[in-house]
Amino acid sequence: MLEIRNLHVAIEDGSKKILNGLDLTIHNGEVAAIMGPNGSGKSTLSYVIAGKPDYEILDGEILLDGENLLEMEADARAAAGVFLAFQYPLEIAGVATMTFLKAAMNAQSRARGEGELKTPDFMRRVKLGAEKLGIPQEMLRRGLNVGFSGGEKKRMEILQMALLEPSIGILDETDSGLDIDALKIVSEGVNALRSADRSFLVITHYQRLLNYIVPDTVHVMSKGRIVKTGGKELALELEANGYADYVSDVAA
Amino acid sequence: MATVTPLKTSAELSLNAQAEGNKAVRQNSFARYAAKGLPHRRIEAYHYTDIRALMKDAPAPAKAVGVPPKDFVFSDIDAFVLTIIDGQVASDTAVGLAGLSINISHEAPDDGLAPHTVFPSDGDPIIALNAAFVDQTLRLAIDGTVDKPVLLRFITTSAVSAYSRVVVEVVDGSSFTLIESHECASGGVTNSVVEIAAGHDVLLVHIRVNLADKNATVLTSLGGRMGARSALTSGNFVIGGALSRHQVFLRFEGEGSTATISGASMLKDRQQADTTLVVDHSVPECVSREHFAHVLDGEATGVFQGKIIVRPHAQKTDGKMMSRAVLLADGATMNNKPELEIFADDVQCGHGATVGALDDDLLFYLRARGLPKPEAEALMLQAFVGEALEMIAHEGMRERLESLSEVWLKARG
Repeated sequence: MLEIRNLHVAIEDGSKKILNGLDLTIHNGEVAAIMGPNGSGKSTLSYVIAGKPDYEILDGEILLDGENLLEMEADARAAAGVFLAFQYPLEIAGVATMTFLKAAMNAQSRARGEGELKTPDFMRRVKLGAEKLGIPQEMLRRGLNVGFSGGEKKRMEILQMALLEPSIGILDETDSGLDIDALKIVSEGVNALRSADRSFLVITHYQRLLNYIVPDTVHVMSKGRIVKTGGKELALELEANGYADYVSDVAA
Repeated sequence: MATVTPLKTSAELSLNAQAEGNKAVRQNSFARYAAKGLPHRRIEAYHYTDIRALMKDAPAPAKAVGVPPKDFVFSDIDAFVLTIIDGQVASDTAVGLAGLSINISHEAPDDGLAPHTVFPSDGDPIIALNAAFVDQTLRLAIDGTVDKPVLLRFITTSAVSAYSRVVVEVVDGSSFTLIESHECASGGVTNSVVEIAAGHDVLLVHIRVNLADKNATVLTSLGGRMGARSALTSGNFVIGGALSRHQVFLRFEGEGSTATISGASMLKDRQQADTTLVVDHSVPECVSREHFAHVLDGEATGVFQGKIIVRPHAQKTDGKMMSRAVLLADGATMNNKPELEIFADDVQCGHGATVGALDDDLLFYLRARGLPKPEAEALMLQAFVGEALEMIAHEGMRERLESLSEVWLKARG
């Protein structure tokens, strides 16, 4: 279970406050969606959960199964079960995707005090996962994300999530830059990972993604807070009426 | 008015004493050096590597050949090894390979005044010193395809100065790989000069590795002349030495040739390493590529000076030079001096130089996947160095150098 309580966050130099007392609870097995206009702090929330160092936490706490994430470095959070699928996955020329995947999986196993993966087991798991997401073997030999299209990068993020088996997967605008076919593949990849002990936080501008990844709860974010919470029907309402109601509410 | 006598450093006084009345020393070449003494920061080519200030001593050449270290990091490379210990060829030169003949001569080597020299005609002090003190010239003649690389294992066994000279003549249509490995003990000074004269249609691979002790001085120079339709790849790797200077003087003398010169230097503590390149396009339609990477930790200093010269008739020259450096500590320094001297009007030339820290966003991406900071940094640096190493045109050596760079990164912790 992920619990965020009264989270206040500014960018590191303190000049701009982005999250203003955000509260959010996501239960095991739950898929929560966060929607909101540009600049409402959605991406910041995902970075703060994952442990990006550019932010100053002014108040509040983030607990994953009772453990305080804010006291951990990003790599410790990953080992504890946090996975962030980036909106813009980064490229590393000169590091083969396979090498990177193995390094990440082994680092997490080590951090949890488990043994390293045997190479044949690793190869089998990657092959299986890649096939499901339509990722050709040739892509795995290339530098991580180097020369990949937007859709390929997003599929690679989902492959990483499948291999790293987090307890919470955060999808930061995973639908951006995807055509409808890629959107379906990525959504199927996510749906296949849904389970009773894994939860998801799906961040998106548009309702479209939520047709494929159907959320249990939908939260509207504005000016760094959750301003409304509802079921999946809330997403449809937002699609029809826009964010104007929520934005002006806060501004007033 | 009183005559002003410039103050000599102790290294300069040692060199003078070593040359004084010594018949084995070529006094003409020594005079070329002595006219200016050890180069310092007011000499433009040495502005960033002040040898006079940095070179604490110039130990005398060895009286007898010392005992080389047993372990050799490249012992598993399938190559014909010629060992040069303290300036003396220690291998049996009669055991040759098809296409390769070897002999040793004692005539005066090029100090920048020989006909067709590629060395600076105003006298490079390092090369002049080499010409003054070197005892033997190892001559390799290449005719045809030599199946194995020739691995020159230069060893300076103790706190002595070791001068070596190798001249390689490659006739038309030949194919040859030359590896230079430099080991130098604490307090030692290695001064080596390798000259390669390649004919037409030659395929040449050159690799130079500096594995010297962290208290050693390594001064190595490569002079290359290339005929028409020939290709050279030169890969350089530096992890050793307190003070190192790696020079490359290359001249295209025939049309339609290409040269790729790359290098990676990984330095820490107070190491300083300099790479100085002069690529002279004296004929049309040649291509040169230079890519150098520096990883600098602690209080290390990296220097890259690269000059591409395009002579008036050298139309259709294509030259691109890149130097990239990553600074891992506040005390680390990089000096980049890229230069283009273009006298022709129909050419494509460019250079770039970057100096920076590791990319924070990329570091976060890797850490968000569970890689602890040191491991994430090592992976990024491995990739950074790998870009330069992947240009090394010998698979076995490339793999050995990649693992040496991994060891270096692991030692960082």
